[in-house]
Amino acid sequence: MHADFTGIAYLVAAICFIMALRGLSSPETARRGNAIGIAGMVIAIATTLADPGVVSFELIAAGVLIGGAVGTLIALRIQMTALPQLVAAFHSLVGLAAVAVATAAFYAPEAYGIGVVGDIKTASLVEMAIGTAVGAVTFTGSVVAFAKLQGLVSGAPLVFRGQHPLNAGLGVVLVALVVWLCLAEAPAAYWLIVILSLALGFLIIVPIGGADMPVVISMLNSYSGWAACGIGFTLSNTLLIITGALVGSSGAILSYIMCRGMNRSFFSVILGGFGVEGGQTAAANGDRHAKAGSAEDAAFVLKNASKVIVVPGYGMAVAQAQHALREMCDTLKGQGIDIAYAIHPVAGRMPGHMNVLLAEASVPYDEVFELEDINNEFAAADVAYVIGANDVTNPAAKTDPESPIFGMPILEVEKASTVLFVKRSLASGYAGVDNELFYRDNTMMLFDDAKKMTEEIVQSL
Amino acid sequence: MKPENAAQAAADAASSDPFIFLFTVFVLAIFVGYYVVWNVTPALHSPLMSVTNAISSVIIVGALIAAGPAGLDFSKAMGFVAVTLASVNIFGGFIVSQRMLRMYRKRR
Repeated sequence: MHADFTGIAYLVAAICFIMALRGLSSPETARRGNAIGIAGMVIAIATTLADPGVVSFELIAAGVLIGGAVGTLIALRIQMTALPQLVAAFHSLVGLAAVAVATAAFYAPEAYGIGVVGDIKTASLVEMAIGTAVGAVTFTGSVVAFAKLQGLVSGAPLVFRGQHPLNAGLGVVLVALVVWLCLAEAPAAYWLIVILSLALGFLIIVPIGGADMPVVISMLNSYSGWAACGIGFTLSNTLLIITGALVGSSGAILSYIMCRGMNRSFFSVILGGFGVEGGQTAAANGDRHAKAGSAEDAAFVLKNASKVIVVPGYGMAVAQAQHALREMCDTLKGQGIDIAYAIHPVAGRMPGHMNVLLAEASVPYDEVFELEDINNEFAAADVAYVIGANDVTNPAAKTDPESPIFGMPILEVEKASTVLFVKRSLASGYAGVDNELFYRDNTMMLFDDAKKMTEEIVQSL
Repeated sequence: MKPENAAQAAADAASSDPFIFLFTVFVLAIFVGYYVVWNVTPALHSPLMSVTNAISSVIIVGALIAAGPAGLDFSKAMGFVAVTLASVNIFGGFIVSQRMLRMYRKRR
């Protein structure tokens, strides 16, 4: 009877989670969706607490209080620019929690009804091994991603000889360990699986460069879901399986969208080594000259426009220029100038990052457009204001088959009458390629910090 | 074979292995996830990540069962660790999602 009730309650919670994701189809329904998701979580936890096996609540209360307080504090304090590293850190916790739950199940299988110590069902051992391995990979992988995003280590890819054979070898050893675990149920086998998976997670992410971080974050998002699934199978828990599958497919779809946004195959991202930090500067580019302008020049051009499209990139986020940008656009709107924002799928360090930053600066979401919806409008625009973006506007992606970014969909800013580039220098972007747009006649470079330049333009308007 | 026996046999066949049942749930959930997530507007992909991050912490149900029995042993300690970590995520994930979603507004 109790089991039936639990099953139904878990089903309701699962449906709540599906509705939470469904709500995200539009900003109007998203907040309600989030509330439904919270309700689902409350149902899931309350149902589990009513389980006859759960009789001691002190540690649980302590864990929820400590964890809840830490989580709340971080979530309220985090700056939106730091969102990618926050998400990476959260993924690592899911991974570690999966390892902890699998370990608990290994040492106390009777609590989950999967056998007794020394005689756990073989199927459960396999599922446990998968759950803990994916969890461990998620954990160290996310820690590396966090360190790269937070700037604790260089974002440059770390590549060494024999990297891929090493990873493949570790994978084979991992499979052998799972077989050993099933045959002997040896704790040594279990812990070796954990240690090896931790190493593997680290090794998988270190060769992936900063430019590919949107894919990495999405991928780890997916892994954290599959880890939950693995634990769900171990515990025969449908709610965990359903939720894990939802999260796993969500992360996989986001990875796919990010890869498509860069015209890279998923495998080439995984293999890593793409992108350099800094890159070459104008000095290497012979006698071509970029036309530089001042804030007054830019203000003059903007004032005389009737349609302006803003192309924000990660540089805007770094400079915290989104508020100044919105102020500039408000001033222009006040003068009857049409404003739109164009977002490239891989702008920023995680999917949708730019949209959040613009929303934070009170930019209405119906002024913000995705690449495919706005690309045809550049030809009709008087000014493209590119702020902190580079590679995603590079025409070489369309014209130069030799370019590392060839085939990547780009925002066709060059079709606008005038292109204003706010940038610190002529240095190349993450992909390490030079942007010929800088040297075009209808381009004006505004060399300065994105925030400072935009503020100066506002003053000149 | 009498009809009720046939029905019983069919029911037995359908539920013979619990793994098949769980696997069915798993595959169907992937399909649901696939169609639901493609419907998410790209503008909300960041909240999507933080919401999925929060709900994947439903792994806490496994942690609660580990942390729930009387007494104190290694498994219980592991359960406590998992409850704490998952709680960080649940609270953090939902709150940061809510913070983000509150910022999205239409043109005045």
